[in-house]
Amino acid sequence: MSAPLTDIQPILDRYPNASRDALIPLLQDVQEVQGFISKETVVSIGKHLNLPASKIYGVATFYNQFRFQPLGRYHVQICRGTACHVKGSATIFETLKRELGIEAGETARDGQFSLEVVACLGACGLAPLICVNGKFHGNVTGDSVRKILRAYRKEAKKEATNE
Amino acid sequence: MINIEVNNRQVQAKENEMLLVTLRREGIHVPTMCHLEDLSPSGACRLCVVEVAGHPNLVPSCSFPVYPDMKVQTHSPRALKARKTIIELLLSNHPDDCLYCERNNTCQLRLMAEEMGVRARRFRGEKNNFHKDISSPSIVRDPAKCVLCGKCVRICEEVQAVAAIDFTGRGSQAQVGPAFNEGLNVSSCVNCGQCIRVCPTGALVEHSHLAEVEMALNDPEMIVVAQHAPAISVTLAELFGDKPGRDVNGALVTLLRKLGFDRVFDTSFSADLTIMEEGSELVHRIKNGGVLPMMTTCSPGWIKYVEQTFPDLLPNLSTCRSPQQMLGALIKSFYAEREGIDPSKIYSVSIMPCTAKKFEAERPEFSRDGLADVDAVLTTRELAQLARRRGLNLADMEPEVADNPLGSRSTAGKLFGGSGGVMEAALRSAFFLLTGRNLDELKVQAVRGLDGVKEATIDIDGLMVNVAVVSGLENARVLLEEVRAGRKDLHFIEVMTCPGGCINGGGQPIETDIEAVKARMKLLYQIDRDESVRLSHENKAVQQVYQEFLGEPLSELSHKLLHTHYDPREVLK
Ligand code: SF4
Ligand code: SF4
Ligand code: SF4
Ligand code: FES
Repeated sequence: MSAPLTDIQPILDRYPNASRDALIPLLQDVQEVQGFISKETVVSIGKHLNLPASKIYGVATFYNQFRFQPLGRYHVQICRGTACHVKGSATIFETLKRELGIEAGETARDGQFSLEVVACLGACGLAPLICVNGKFHGNVTGDSVRKILRAYRKEAKKEATNE
Repeated sequence: MINIEVNNRQVQAKENEMLLVTLRREGIHVPTMCHLEDLSPSGACRLCVVEVAGHPNLVPSCSFPVYPDMKVQTHSPRALKARKTIIELLLSNHPDDCLYCERNNTCQLRLMAEEMGVRARRFRGEKNNFHKDISSPSIVRDPAKCVLCGKCVRICEEVQAVAAIDFTGRGSQAQVGPAFNEGLNVSSCVNCGQCIRVCPTGALVEHSHLAEVEMALNDPEMIVVAQHAPAISVTLAELFGDKPGRDVNGALVTLLRKLGFDRVFDTSFSADLTIMEEGSELVHRIKNGGVLPMMTTCSPGWIKYVEQTFPDLLPNLSTCRSPQQMLGALIKSFYAEREGIDPSKIYSVSIMPCTAKKFEAERPEFSRDGLADVDAVLTTRELAQLARRRGLNLADMEPEVADNPLGSRSTAGKLFGGSGGVMEAALRSAFFLLTGRNLDELKVQAVRGLDGVKEATIDIDGLMVNVAVVSGLENARVLLEEVRAGRKDLHFIEVMTCPGGCINGGGQPIETDIEAVKARMKLLYQIDRDESVRLSHENKAVQQVYQEFLGEPLSELSHKLLHTHYDPREVLK
C-alpha cells in the first residue's frame, strides 16, 4: 500500500494570505515532497487560495511537469529530445506505452511502473535513451526495451518473495 | 451616441460598447460561438470576426469596442473565409455523429457548418479518445463533441458560483471537465443544466429517462402517473413552433393522456401544499425564536449547493420537501390508498423544466420501503420529443382538465414557476395565518421580475417581515456570505438555482433567450391576474387532502411525508 502522504500544511504556511499567483510554486513544492499531486492536495490548496478544485487541476494539467499519481516502484523516463527523436524515440515511446499499458504521466495499477516523457536527459550520445530510477539505458530498440522491462519485473518478483 | 459605418450604412452606437452589441441591435447577423450575453467576452472562438478599415487583421466583434467613424464590413470575402475555416477546423476532429446526436436539430456547430457552406471535410485531424461521463443522474458529458468554447465553464463559475468544471490538459488532450477527470457525480456540480443550455453542441445533454418512461407506458400492469411543474405549460408551445407567450395548460393535460399517462396531476397543487407547510413553518419560527432567516427548499440544485458549500447554514433551510417530492409522496400514499392501488404498481413521472429534479428524485431521502416517490423525470425537451415520437402535435389537443384532487391549484402555486413566486405565494398565506385576513393587494410587486436580487419588507399588522429573493447561485452566494457574516434583518429567503427561476431552467428549450423567459414570466402573472383562486390556503383540493388525510400543516403525517432534513455533503471542490 502507498505510504501515507506527508503533511503539506508547513508548505501552505510558507504562503500566507497567498493569491492565485502562488498556485504554481505551491504545486511545485508539494510535488517535490510528495512526488505527485493528490486530490487531497488539490482540495487543501483550493481552500488555502480560495480556488475551486477544477481550476487548480486545470492549471496543473496545462503543464507537463505535474503528476497526479504516485511514482511507480520503477519510474521510466523516455527522452523525446531532438537527438532521440532522430534516432526513433517515437517508436520506443509507443513500445513502452503498449508494454506498460499506461500513458505518459500515469502509473500502472499494480504500482510497479510509471512513465514520464522528458525533454532531454543530457546524454544525447546514447540516443535513443530511457532512464529507469535514474539508471540510463542507451541505444535502445523495441526489443531491448522489452528485455529491460522484463528484467525489472523479475527483480520486483524476487524482492516480493524475499520480503 | 457615436456614428459608425457598417456595410456602407450609417449606424449609431453607444460609446465604448462592444461592436457585436451594436451589430445585434441593428439586426446585423454575425455568428458567434463563445459569446455569452451579460458575461465578459472571452474571444475564444473568433467566429465573430469582421473587417475594420485600417486594421490589418480581422477583429473579433464581441470583444472590440466601437470608436467614432470606424468602417466595418461584416461579410467581406476575407471575413467569410475566416469563419468558414474556423468551422472546418472545429469539425476536423469532431465525431461524425450528427445522425445519432441528441442535439442534431439544435446544434450550433452543425447549423453554422450549413450557414458557412461547409460541404467537404477539408482538414482531417486525429480523433481523440475521450470517454463519455454518464456518472451524473442529470447530465451526460461527451468531451469528444466539445469545441472548447468555454461557455459552460463560465456559466458554472460566474453565474452559478459552482465551478465544477474547467479546461484541463492542453493541445489535443484539452477538454472540459471536473478535477481529476472525475465523474460529475462526485464533483461539486449541482445538476442545474445551465451548461447544457449554453453548449453549442451535443457535448452536454441531459441524462434521458425516455426509455424507462416508454417501458412503463407499455406495461399494462402499471398505472403511470404524470405531474407537470408550473413552468411547463407556459413554455411547451415553443417546442411546437409557437412564439413564446402561450399557455397550454389544458392541451398539456390532453397530450399527457394521449401519450398514455393514466392520471395527470399538477405540481402547482403541491406548490400550494408547500405554502401551507412552509408558511406554517415560517410563522412557527418567527413566533418561537426558531432559526432565521428561513430559506426555501424547492430548488434541488440550491439544496446541494448549501449541503456542500454552506453546511453551517443547513438549519436555515426549511424542512419542507420540494413540490415534486411532496406530490410524489402523496401519490404513492394518499392517492394509492384512496383509489385502492398497490403503490408498487404506480409509476410516477414528473415533467420538469429542470435537470436537477432527476438528481432530486434519486435522493435516498425520497423513497420509502425501497419505492422511489418519483420514478422518472422528463425535461420539457424530453416531453416534446416523446410527443413527436408519437406524432402528437400540441396544437391539435382539445383542452381537458387534470385529475382530482391532486390536479387542482391556485394561481399562487402556479407562480412558483418564476423567481419570486414562492415568496409571493408564501407572503399571501403567511399574512392570512398571522392575521386571519387576506392581504388587500395580493400582488407583491417588489418580488416580481427578472432581477437576480430582490428585497422587500411586508407589514403584517405591525410585524415587519423582511424578505429577500435571489436566483442564480452566485447571487445566492453573495447573500449567504452576508448572513454568515452576521446579517440579521432577514426573515425569509427564496432561492432558485436558475437565473429567473424555473422558467429559465436547465431542462427548458435550448433556444431559450431572455425574451422567451420574459414572455413565460408574463404568462404566469397573467394567469394570476385572471383566475379567481389566488391563494394557496383557498385551494379546495389542498383543504380536502388535509381533511381526509394529513390532518393539519406540520402534523405528524405531514412531517413523515412532506418534510425531510439535509446533511453536509463531501464533494470534490
Ligand atoms: S454535436 Fe453537432 S456536429 Fe457534433 S455530432 Fe452532434 S449534431 Fe453533429
Ligand atoms: S449542471 Fe450546473 S453546476 Fe453542473 S456543471 Fe453544469 S452549470 Fe455547473
Ligand atoms: S462542453 Fe459545450 S459549452 Fe462547454 S466548452 Fe465544450 S462545447 Fe463549449
Ligand atoms: S464570439 Fe467573439 S470570439 Fe467567440
